[in-house]
This record gives sequence, structure tokens and C-alpha cells, in this order.
Amino acid sequence: MFEAIAFYLFAFLTIAMFFITVTTSQALYALTALAAGMIFISAFFFILGADFLGAVQIIVYTGAVMALYAFGMMFFDTTRDVKEKKGNKYIIVGLSTLAAILVVVIVAVPMVSQNVVALYPAIDGVGNTQEVGLVLFTKYLVPFEVAAIMLLVAMIAGIVLAGKKMDLSITLMNDAAIEEEKNKKVLS
Amino acid sequence: MMEIGLTHYLVLSTILFAIGLVGVMRRKNLLLLFFATEILLNAVNVAFAAISHYYGDMTGQMFAFFVIAIAASEVAVGLGLLIVWYKRHGSIDLDALATMKG
Amino acid sequence: METYLYIALFAPLVGSLFSALFTATPKKLFTGIVGSLLIFTSLVSSTILLMYILKGGEPVHVTMMTWMATGDLYIPFGFVVDQISVTMMMVVTLVSTVVHIYSIGYMDHDKGFNRFFAWLSAFVFSMMILVMSDNYAGLFIGWEGVGLCSWGLIGFWYHKESATWAASEAFIMNRIADLGMLIGLFLVYWNTGTLQYDGAFAAFHTLDISTLTWIGIFLFIGAMGKSAQFPLHTWLADAMEGPTPVSALIHAATMVTAGVYLVIRSHELYSLIPHVGLFIASLGAFVALFAASMALVNRDMKRIIAYSTLSQLGYMFVAAGLGAYWVALFHLMAHAFFKAALFLGAGNVMHAMDDELDPFKMGGLRKKMKWTWIMMGLASLALSGIFPFAGFFSKDAILEAAFVGNHTALHVMEHHYIIYAVLLFTAGLTAFYSFRLVALIFHGEERFKLFGFHPHEAAKIMLLAIAPLVILAIIAGAFQTTFFEMVQEALNAVEYHVHSQIVVWIMTIGTQVFAISMIIFAYVKYNNSRVSVPDGTSRLENSFIYKLLFNQYYIPHFYAEYIVKPYREISEIFWTKVDLKIVDATVDGIAGIIYGTGEKTRQMQSGNLSTMLTWMVAGLVGLLSLAVVFGLTARYSDEILLFLSALGV
Repeated sequence: MFEAIAFYLFAFLTIAMFFITVTTSQALYALTALAAGMIFISAFFFILGADFLGAVQIIVYTGAVMALYAFGMMFFDTTRDVKEKKGNKYIIVGLSTLAAILVVVIVAVPMVSQNVVALYPAIDGVGNTQEVGLVLFTKYLVPFEVAAIMLLVAMIAGIVLAGKKMDLSITLMNDAAIEEEKNKKVLS
Repeated sequence: MMEIGLTHYLVLSTILFAIGLVGVMRRKNLLLLFFATEILLNAVNVAFAAISHYYGDMTGQMFAFFVIAIAASEVAVGLGLLIVWYKRHGSIDLDALATMKG
Repeated sequence: METYLYIALFAPLVGSLFSALFTATPKKLFTGIVGSLLIFTSLVSSTILLMYILKGGEPVHVTMMTWMATGDLYIPFGFVVDQISVTMMMVVTLVSTVVHIYSIGYMDHDKGFNRFFAWLSAFVFSMMILVMSDNYAGLFIGWEGVGLCSWGLIGFWYHKESATWAASEAFIMNRIADLGMLIGLFLVYWNTGTLQYDGAFAAFHTLDISTLTWIGIFLFIGAMGKSAQFPLHTWLADAMEGPTPVSALIHAATMVTAGVYLVIRSHELYSLIPHVGLFIASLGAFVALFAASMALVNRDMKRIIAYSTLSQLGYMFVAAGLGAYWVALFHLMAHAFFKAALFLGAGNVMHAMDDELDPFKMGGLRKKMKWTWIMMGLASLALSGIFPFAGFFSKDAILEAAFVGNHTALHVMEHHYIIYAVLLFTAGLTAFYSFRLVALIFHGEERFKLFGFHPHEAAKIMLLAIAPLVILAIIAGAFQTTFFEMVQEALNAVEYHVHSQIVVWIMTIGTQVFAISMIIFAYVKYNNSRVSVPDGTSRLENSFIYKLLFNQYYIPHFYAEYIVKPYREISEIFWTKVDLKIVDATVDGIAGIIYGTGEKTRQMQSGNLSTMLTWMVAGLVGLLSLAVVFGLTARYSDEILLFLSALGV
């Protein structure tokens, strides 16, 4: 029973938060609502027994990604209200609803879920984190490593794209050169 | 109604996905567009986790895990590009960005 | 012997192709010379083949290659030289050589000199295919080829609208008849399984009379077009728009005789259906009289000679229809000689008189153009059937055949006195109008002086070219016995014997007297000083009969009003209402739809990210619905099938 209450509560909250994200005209409100929504999503993960995933969601998503967005927003002029398209909102809402209905039909009929066999069955008696570790480092080792490289690449890309004056290396220059650079007119 | 089954989670996930779609189609500010994309990814994660739980399979959680990793890197690169664009054009309005007009 | 066959067949083609290289360049004399030499080569080969056949040689068969071998249909390019075809070959190549040499002189100042020889040699080639082929399909190829070359030659001066119109008229009338011929060909193939002459003829004996009748009728319809029998005769007179050598070659000696050749070649068929033969003979007699009547009052020199050709073709068909095929072939040969000579002589006169055609505007030319006068006079005597010229022997044979009938083993043909009477009367008319022409042109007062003409005799080459024809026109009668022996077996020829000697003498002398009296009558009428250019006021000109004959019984007028005009109207309607509005609109509509769709969907590529994302979601919805539909049908396929079967599908 608790599960049901928790589910409905968090479901309602999540939907409300995300709704605010897509409809508000203020960027800051959207950001905040998105962050809140992420937290509530992690609640779902805890309900479903995916502890590790829930923790990762909070740390990575809410902590890192939203912080990244928050830093990014410093660059843009967020005091301006965003002008919404005069586009046809009926099409938009209609299309989305239609997509949702179709997906529900697909899963509810059900069309593709008769003989699903668990490939990596959960092992009883151990915690979720341990299970994740068991599968991640055996079957999903290669994707794990590749994901690591991808993160490295993304990191470098982010630094290069957003950094200024990346062609000079401060650690290798002597002090006189640094002074000279500081006094130069900077065209940003 | 009391017994939460897989269908509930999947319906929830679909609703969240639909909200994300609305955001994607509607937003004109690129940054807010990215927010809507995050919503999509989260909705999918919920679905994966739910299926993993109800079928007793770890694959769903693994998938969700990698989705989070990819989402993180996507945000990093995306924001970087957005900053470069903003420095060059001075606005992140979508309609000003129609250089690939065919 | 096969070599000679190939030389005779392909030499004209080589000449034609050679001259065709120069069609766009100004006159080059060597095209004419080369062309004439090659045709002469063909003549020599044909003569050699003739000698061979005369000595009793076997007919020469060659099969050059296969044209069609599909299923049961086998049509080769095969050629045969037997008694019939070698006669035709001789006639064709002889007259062609003469005409080629004559044209070197006649077309001397023409800009299209080279083109003329290309067309002329091509015509000879097509005619050779026609007569040398050993199956109906090859005959048809030659048939169409001569039709095409005739079109090109009649419309040779294509800047003249009357010439192009006449060319098209000739071609279209031939085409209408070709439909009949094609149906005949189809019937032959369908009933006998082959188009080869020997195969088909052997199979004809097994078919029933009604089938044979239909085949005979349809093949004759084809012959009617080519040989200008009524009602497809108007093109022949109009075909005089072409240069005179063309008229001499095509419309006297070769193309128009192709129809007669067809009937002669299919003699095995026609001897089985004598009732069709009787119809052919009657039509021929009618045409003979019909054409001769129109020539009586005509004021166009070439047209008179054209009507004369038409009349003589009628004679040939009478002979062929009555079963006297060898007589028809013999008359064909003799006629080719004197008619071509007449045309070429007329060409001389035209050359001298700046292409004037009205004989009333000439007169007394015999002083200026002595040789032409002599040659045309001799040819006219031959045409009128005066002893001892060639026409006498051939025409007399036809008259005898009509009078006596044909008592062969195959079928008994009775005496045909009506046909005989018609032909006899026509012979008299022929004599009259031929010498009317001669008298008007060469005798009497020199009316041409009133019109400012300065005639002179034609160039030596032209006169020399006509000479062999005139000589043959004189002596060809002597070949009758040789000819008869040659074709006797091939054509089931029989001599026609009138039973009593007295009747023979009465007939012969009577015919001669009749013809000579008509000649004298013509001279009396037209060789005096009272002859003047008719100007529409004389009583004769306004009489009904004159008008009827002068306007060719108003038949061309009838065709123009009641056939050509409505057809044109219908074509116009089809063009504006159906073709433009329906067909074009449909095609343009399809293109328009595709273009419009492209225009509309181009807006998808607006470059706006939101729009593109919206389209992406729309596509996603589409794919999902497809997945739902297919998934549902896959899941519930049994139920769906049950439901559909309940509906009765």
C-alpha cells in the first residue's frame, strides 16, 4: 500500500514539475522545475529497488547535469522573456497525445510481451549495488570502457568549446609573458 | 488500482515522454529545448527501470545507467556548442538559426 | 546463276546509296552516270538470266537469309527467277536504264539532280524485290518500297504544294488498298501456314471456295490501289505532278503494273476462283472504257497519256481476269515499251515548251522537233494496235481471249461478248485520243507563236535514250511465239483459237479498219487551221458530256467533298477535343501533381528546427500507428480471417 501511495504522489509531482518546465516563460523557473523533477524521478528508482540507479540519478543528473545547465545559463541573457512561437499548439499537443496513446496501446494490448525471458536474472540475497557490479563488469565491460572514453571526449570537447584563449599554456610561459598577455587588449 | 503493475509505470513513462515531446516542439529558446530533451531521457529511464524490476532482469538498469552517462556527455558538448553559437550570433533564438534552409 | 540474281537485285541499291551520299550537294554529273551504269549492269544480268530461262533452264531459287522465324511463322528473304519474274525483270531494268539515261538530260538544270537519282534507283531496287521475291511477304516489302519511292518522286519538287498533295494522295490511296492486301496476306497465312509461293499454291487446292474467294478479293483490292483501278484511280492522273521521267518509269511501266504482276503471280489462286476472275475482268473493261472517255477531251498532255495508261491497265486486268495470264504479261511488256516512249517524248515537248502542258497551245511542232514527232508517232501507232507494231499483237490477243473464252482443263470460261465489245470500242477511242494528241501537238498551225514559246529539239542524249524503246515497241510483236513457249508451262498458257478462219479475218481486219478510221477522224478534226485554243465559249465546251468528262466525272470533287472533308473535320475534333483536352491534360496533370507536391513539401525544409522537430514527431506517430496496425493484425490474424470469411471475401 505504501508503494501505491508513494507511486501516485511522486507521479503527480513529477508530471507537475515537468509540465512547468515545458510551459513556463521564465528560463530560471524551468531550470528549477527540471531539477526538482529529476529528484522525483530518482524516487521512482528507489521504489523500484534500483538503489544504485537512484543514487546515480541524484549525483550525476541532478547534481552534475543541472549544475552544468545552471553554469551555462550564466552565459545567456535570461532576463529576457522567451517568445513563444505563434505556431499551432493544437498540432503540437495533438501529436504528442497521439504518440502517447499509440505507445500505450502497444504496451497494453499487449503486442510484444508474451514470452520475455530474463537474460540476466536478479540474484536474491545480495544488494542491488552488488548485482549491478556483477553485470556491469562482466557482460557490459566493453560498453563501460567505451562510455568512459566517450565521457573523456565530451569533457575535452566541452573545455575546448567554451574556453578562452586556449592556444597559450600558462604553466609553460614565464611571468613576463603572462604580464604582457594581461595588458593586451582583449577582444572577446 | 492499488496494485502497481508494470502498466502503471509504462503509462507514467509515456505521459512524461509526451510532455517532453510537447516541449521539444514548442520551445524556441535553445536552452529550454535542451531541458525538454532531458525530460525525454528521464521518461525513458523510468520505463527501463520498471521493466527491469518487473521482469527481474538487470539489463534494464544497465541501459538506464548508460543513458545517464550519455545524457551527461551530451549536455556537456551541447552546452559548449551553444556557448560558441551565442558568442558568434548574440542570441539563442531558434528562428534565427535557419541557415540550413532548403 | 545466283551471282547474276544478286547483281541484278542489288546493283540498283548500290546506285541509290551512292547517289544518296550527294543529295545535299549541287548537281554532280557522275551520280547520274554511276546510277545509269549500275542499272545497266542490272539489265545485263537480267538479260543473262533471261537467256538462261529461254534455253530451258530451271528457275533459280536463292534464300538469302531468314527474316522471321518465330513459332510457326517462317519468312525468309528468298528470291526466285522463273519465267514470270524474269520477264518482269527485263521490262523493269530496260525501262529503268532508258529512263536513267534520259534523266541525265532532262534533269540537267534541276537543283535536286543527285536526290532524283537516289530516289529513282531506290525505286528500281524496290521493284526488283517485288518481282523477284519468292514469298508474299517479300512482295509486300517491295510493294511498300515502290509506294514510298513513288511518293518521293511524285513530290520531288516539294516546294510546290500541288506536288506534295499529289504525292500524299498517291501514297494514302495505296495505303488504303494495302489494308486489303494485308488482310489477304493474313488469310493466306492463316489458311495455308506459309507465305511462300510454292507452299501456298500447293495448299490452295485443299481449301474451300469461299476462303479462296475472300483471299482473291482481298489480294485484288491491294492490286486495285497499286494499279489504279476504279475507285482508287484518281491518284494516277494527279501523279503527273512529278518529273516526266518518273511518270515514264513508274506510272507507265513498273509500279502500276505491280498489281497486274500480283494477279499473274497468283494465277494458281485465281484459276480456282473464276467468278472473282470474271469480276476482275469486268472491272478492267469498265476502267478501260472509263479512262479512255476521260482522255478524249483532256487538255493536259501528260494526263492524256496517264489516262491511256489507266485504260491499258484495264486491258491487262481483263486478260488476267479471264485466265489468259500470259496475254496479260505480254501486253504488260509491250505496253511498257510504247508508253514509256510516249511519256519520254512528251518530256521532250515539255522541255521545248517551258513545261507547257496544253496541246492546244502547241501545234506544228513537227518542223522543229522532227525526231520527237517520229518517235511519238510510232509509239502512238503501237498503242493504237496497228499492224505490225507490238500493240497489235498484244491487244489482239486480249480481244481474242475475250471473244473465244478459255477452254482449259481447270475451268470453262464462256465467251464474253460484252467485254469484247467494250474492249473493241475502247480500242477505237484509244486510237482517237492518241492521234488527237499527236495532231494537236505536231500538226496544224503553229499556235505556240501566239504565246511566245521558242521550242527546240531535245538534247541528243535524250533522243538516243528513247530510241531503244521505240525500236522495241515496233518489233516486240515478233517475240510473241517465243514468249508463249517460255511461259507456257509456268502459266498454263493456251493459245486462243477462233474456230473458224473467216471470223478470225473479220475480227482482225475489222479492228484495224476501226482503229485506222478513228485515226483519220482525229487528224481531220485537229489538223486544220480552224483549231484554236478553247476559251470556254464554244458549244462543245458547255455541253454536259464535255463537262462530265473534263471534270473526270466529278469523282475527285466527290472524294474531296464527301470523304476528305468529313475526315478532316473528324481529325480536327479529335485533335482539339480529345488529344488536347483529355490526353494532354492528363499527362500535364500528372506532371503538375508531381511538381505541386514537390513545391509543397519543399516547405518542410525550412531550416527551422522547431518545424523539423514537429515533423519528426509526426513521422514517429506515423510509424507507431503502422506498428500498431501490423502488430494487431499479426496478433489477431486468426480472428480477422474468420471475420473476413464470414463476410464472404
